[in-house]
Formats: sequence, structure tokens, C-alpha cells
Amino acid sequence: MSTATMSAPAISVRELSKSYGDLQVLRGVDLDVTPGAIVALLGSNGAGKTTLVRILSTVLAADGGAASVGGFDVTSQAAQVREAISLTGQFAAVDEILTGRENLILIARLRHLPDPRAIADALLEKFSLTDAGGRPVATYSGGMRRRLDIAMSLVGNPPIIFLDEPTTGLDPQARIEVWQAVKELAAGGTTVLLTTQYLDEAEQLADRIAILHEGRIIVDGTLAELKRLLPPAEVVYVEKQPTLEDVFLAVVGHTSATTKDGDPS
Amino acid sequence: MTRHFVSDLGALLGRSLRHIARSPDTIITTAVMPIAMMLLFVYVLGGAIDTGSASYVDYLLPGILLITIASGISYTAFRLFLDLKGGIVERFQSMPIARSAVLWAHVLTSLVANLISLAVVIGVALIMGFRPVAGVGDWIAVVGILLLLTLALTWVAVIPGLTAKSADGAVAFSYPLIFLPFISSAFVPTATMPGPVRWFAEHQPVTAVVDTVRSLFAQQPVGNDIWVALAWCVGVLAVGYLGASLTYRRRVA
Repeated sequence: MSTATMSAPAISVRELSKSYGDLQVLRGVDLDVTPGAIVALLGSNGAGKTTLVRILSTVLAADGGAASVGGFDVTSQAAQVREAISLTGQFAAVDEILTGRENLILIARLRHLPDPRAIADALLEKFSLTDAGGRPVATYSGGMRRRLDIAMSLVGNPPIIFLDEPTTGLDPQARIEVWQAVKELAAGGTTVLLTTQYLDEAEQLADRIAILHEGRIIVDGTLAELKRLLPPAEVVYVEKQPTLEDVFLAVVGHTSATTKDGDPS
Repeated sequence: MTRHFVSDLGALLGRSLRHIARSPDTIITTAVMPIAMMLLFVYVLGGAIDTGSASYVDYLLPGILLITIASGISYTAFRLFLDLKGGIVERFQSMPIARSAVLWAHVLTSLVANLISLAVVIGVALIMGFRPVAGVGDWIAVVGILLLLTLALTWVAVIPGLTAKSADGAVAFSYPLIFLPFISSAFVPTATMPGPVRWFAEHQPVTAVVDTVRSLFAQQPVGNDIWVALAWCVGVLAVGYLGASLTYRRRVA
């Protein structure tokens, strides 16, 4: 598919391969992500999404091929890559014993930023966690934990962010909160590569969608381009029934901002 | 990348020390088992043990301190295992930090936690009639040897912490370490043991360390024991540190 880019890509992957023993997880992945884009990496469980993200974020070494992030090679210039990225792993990597504020301060200190406290307060505010900021993370709900996790990834405003299945295991309300956070990121010009197994999530968030299947990117394009792969849509009339999700969200009132900081449900 | 080692270590050490401060139960449980053993041996079994020294608690305490360390370091393996499992190590690895600071923070935390546990156990021993005649220099030597031993065993504990598949597995390695003092001069003099057991008891590290600490407390000459003890500690430290570093490099690729 079309991979043409005007400026230097934020992420560039060529012929990347990785095996665990006999199991070939990545069999020659090619991918380009333009700066400022949100790209969804779509694939079923075990497709190799997490493996690809871990290689790009320098925590796993590839067997073959090349990958660069922010213009730096992930193998030979790993230190520079780490300056340019942040990784939000599949499971919220937060410290349960520390408070939300302490988690953010820790990351700010590890990124060697001046005034970690001010950074922490600003991010707590941005993710509606100010009231919960002084509580240990162990008391947070799944959605709050994930929001804190993403907030920790934004410390120091890295230009490229990897989100590995950011909404897996979240309730619909928390999922929408995370989507909101991702959209705000993109509005700020951050490049986002997110993996998901939910088609609607890719549709909601991504400028481009890449489908990873059996270790290769088999399709890569905008939603419109992907839709053109199929024969033109037939017009049929059906009665619009509310989905259970619509009902759930209507009943619990997901839009009220005051419930965001509420107790874990 | 290592130019930030000190500040990164400071940040991560602050985190680990907060964990201890907020779950002091880990220090209490570390001290409870050795204290229970000390009570058992001094008030139940000790009367029947002839050590030749005036008070059995004086004889016993060095071995109890070693058991305290052996059970204390297993918490390092446990905490490290939880960090890896929770993904926070992966987050640290993807950041521009000095990578070795992640392990050093856990190791230094272990030194602090064990020092507190040891102080608690010694406090109880004093209540039970432990009367050291050691001077300041002897005390410094005792603390130095115990810290060196803690450092060495903590690096060993890092290895199961990095490789274990379960929390139980991460902690299980310490059980033989807790048992080792029983086959040494820690509880009874080795002279009464049958040949092969006695040979093992007299040539394993616990005996050298225990005899050294006991002599220092009593202001007796330490003789060769202190050099044997130090050699064991440094040897275990070297092997543990190398093993842990290699495992870490392999584990986090």
C-alpha cells in the first residue's frame, strides 16, 4: 500500500524479524509512520503487535532487519531513541504503593527534568486525577490507573509515544476517557503508534491503520483506503437499534466530568 | 548513558525506600522468625547445650543474625520479581536512564532494610540478656562484616528475582540459606558432630562468619576466621554480582 511520505518518517521499519525459539513472530515487517500521525496497529492476539512495539521502544532486540525511531537506529542509537519516546505497556506499569503524584515525580526525575512537582501537578490536572493524586495507586480504579499510566508517558513531552493495547480490560467509560487522552495527544502534534485488537478503536482514533497478520503488515492505509479494498457499499435500510454499549453509557452518564475521579467501581 | 547514574539511583532508591516505609511488615516478618528461633533455643533447648561460654544467648546471636539476613534478602528477590511482572522495569528500560541503577536501587534498599531488621533482633537479644563486651572498633567490624554478607547475598538474591516464574519461586532460594546455619557452629559447637558433618560444618562459610562475629562481640582474638569469612563474602559477592549482571543483561535484552 502507499507508504509515500514527504518528511522523514517518525518511525521507519524495514524487513524486521523476530523469533522466540522456533516460533517466528515477525517475518519481515515494513512500516512507516509520519510525524504527528496516529497509527493503529491492528491484529489478533499473538499477531506480534507487542513484540514490534517492544523492539521499537528498545526493550527487545530484533533478530534481523532495521528500525529507526525519531531518526535514530533502535540498536546502535538506543540511548537517543529512549530520549525521543515513551512506552505505555500492555499492563499499567505504575507503582501501586506510591501515590499518583509520586509516580509522576519519579518519572520526571528519571527524565532529568527541572521542577518535577510542577510537571506532576500539571499532568494530574490534565488527566482529572488532581483529587486522587495524594492517594496510593493501589486504591485507583482500572480507568484511573490507565490514565495515570498514560500521564506518566507524557512526562517530558516525548515526540513519539507507543501505546500497547491501551484500553484492553477497561470498562466502556474508562475506554472513552483513554480515547479522549489519545486524541488530545495527537492534537498536540505527538506521533502515536498504538496497538489494538478492537476494530472500533482503530476506526475512532487512527489516521492510518496497519494490519499485522502472521508476522507481516498485510495492509496499511487510511480508513477510507482500507474500505476501498472491498466492493462499494450497498445501500440497505435497517432500523437503528441502540447497542448495549449505548444503553450502558446512557444509563451511567459517561459524560459527567465529576465522576471521573470517583471511587473505583 | 551512565552520566545520570547517581541521580537515577537517587530517584529509584527513594522509591524503594518508600515501599519499605509504607510496608514495615516486611521488616517485622523478617525479624519475627529469627526472634522466635532465638526464644526457642535460649529458653527451651539452650539449657541442654553445652557451649562452654557463660551465656547461651551470647553464643547463639551471631547465627541468629545470619538467619535474619538470609530471610531478609528474599524480599529483594520478591520486590524485583513484582517490578518485572508489573511492567515497571520495562518502562524504566525504555527511558533514558542508567540501566544498572534499577538493580542497585533494590540492592541498597536491601542493605537498609536488613540493617533495621538486624537492629531489631539485637535489641531483643539485649532484653534476653545478651551482654557484648565489644568496643566501638569491634562493633564497626561486626556491622561491616554483616553488611558485606548482606550485599553479597542480595546480589545472589537478584538472580532468582530476575528469573523466577512465580513469586514463590523468587523467594524459595532463601530456604537453604536459612537452614545452612544449623549445620555450622551457630547453634552448637562442631566438636560433637560426626566426622563428615563436622568436616562440612567447619568448612562452610557460616561457621567462619559466626565465629568471627562471636569473637568480636566477646572481644576475643578473631584469628584466621576473619580472613576466611571475608574471603567467603567477597567470593560470593563477586559470583553473585557477575551472575546477576549477566542475567539482567539477558533478561532485559
